[in-house]
Amino acid sequence: MIRFHNVFKSFPNGALALKDVSFHVSKSEYVFLTGHSGAGKSTILKLLFGEQRPSQGDVRVSGFSVSELRRHEVPKLRRRLGVVFQDFRLLEDRTAAENVAFALEVTGARRDTIPARTMRVLTQVGLAAKSRAYPRELSGGEQQRVAIARALVNDPSILLADEPTGNLDERATRGVFQLLREINAGGTVVVMATHDLDLVRQVNYRNIELREGAIAYDSSVDDARATGTR
Amino acid sequence: MRLLLREALLSFRRAPLLSGLSVTTIAFSLFTVGLFALIAVNLRQALQGLEERVEIVGFVLRGTPPETITLASQDIAAFPEVQDVQYVTEDHALERARQELVEFRDAYRDLQVNPLPASLEIRLKDGYRNAGAVESVAERLRGFSFVDDVRYGRDWIQRLDRLRNLTGIVGLVVGLAFASVAVVIIGVTIRLTILQRAREISIMRLVGATNNFIRGPFLLEGALKGLLGGLLSLVLCYAGYRLFQGSGTASLSGLVFFGPNLMLLLVLFGVLIGLGGSLVSVGRHLRNV
Repeated sequence: MIRFHNVFKSFPNGALALKDVSFHVSKSEYVFLTGHSGAGKSTILKLLFGEQRPSQGDVRVSGFSVSELRRHEVPKLRRRLGVVFQDFRLLEDRTAAENVAFALEVTGARRDTIPARTMRVLTQVGLAAKSRAYPRELSGGEQQRVAIARALVNDPSILLADEPTGNLDERATRGVFQLLREINAGGTVVVMATHDLDLVRQVNYRNIELREGAIAYDSSVDDARATGTR
Repeated sequence: MRLLLREALLSFRRAPLLSGLSVTTIAFSLFTVGLFALIAVNLRQALQGLEERVEIVGFVLRGTPPETITLASQDIAAFPEVQDVQYVTEDHALERARQELVEFRDAYRDLQVNPLPASLEIRLKDGYRNAGAVESVAERLRGFSFVDDVRYGRDWIQRLDRLRNLTGIVGLVVGLAFASVAVVIIGVTIRLTILQRAREISIMRLVGATNNFIRGPFLLEGALKGLLGGLLSLVLCYAGYRLFQGSGTASLSGLVFFGPNLMLLLVLFGVLIGLGGSLVSVGRHLRNV
């Protein structure tokens, strides 16, 4: 589903955000990206949804090569992905349902299917009862659920989450994380950048730890190697 | 299409102040252009009044048979430049002189012999009332053997030509300058709207909207603002026109307003500016994000 091959990413000011990053994510995997701020977690996510291009190396996502992606192909890639952020990125003047429906409308979904599809994902994230609420009327956890519903409504095969629990209290964090796990259990790949190591330790999911733009630790590779040498 | 219209109208509701500002800016920019156009239209009207007085007079040799003159009149009337030809007989010329030159009325009354020659008065069609065409027709007129002399006020026709050219050039330059300023101001206003909605645009892109989809509502919004601005500018121009017309100055009472075509053109110009300003601003924004 995802393949990074010797990826470097540098910025015009000369800063190197990623140094020779290679990894592979298979179908139905749940992957944590961990590391300090500036370690390169968000850069990896931005490369995955075509917001940035690699300076060197190859990034493949859902059959698209991001390195060779043309401008008009970016929307096609994004329709196969769902993306959620720490700051939710909801439209404040639209209700929860309208925010979700918006993702369908802009991708040209058939109008008569939009209400049912919207309600289906809002039910999935447990917010059917608050479909008419505006973001300001919802708690942080609920807003993040709306953002997740919006990310899911186009049935993506990959869900990218950049610090999705970063702005949430402990209870809301648990709820959102549980929701992401359920989504993953349904077969969707989840790549989640996080600072929250407690969350990472709770489960036995793959963890890719980044340090200064390079992979310092990849549980799937290093743990297998450790098991092999034991 | 419904979605496009809904999104475009939604932006008016979401940012009424900024939308109002855009429409007002467009209206005032077009008002300036419109006022200038109004001056140009009236100047043109005044020039047309002058142009209609362009006339070529061919004096006929005494003793020329009227049939010869009538036949020649038909030939002259067939010239492509000529609107009409009037044959003024010697008697008619005298009659006219008696009426028009009041101070010489007594002198004309006592005449034993009519000293005035017959003449052909030729008026030219619109578009041919310039020095070149007048000269050319006068030259052909001189070719008729019975024509003694040709008069047409060479100096003032040349002056009229110069005035016409000058008005055209000044009109074009000033009009273009006003229009350019209007385009820039409107572009900036629309850019403000887009910056205000940058977050929405970034979300649209995030969920996979194509650039064309993102552009659509902005273009429609720009066109609608242009339409409203154009209509408002027309109202302002009309108010300005009425103000001048009713100012009590005799020379301004004959002012004319735009015809339906020009009114439509001004509104259409507003729509185009709104559309163009949006296209440039959205395009630039999408390239940069």
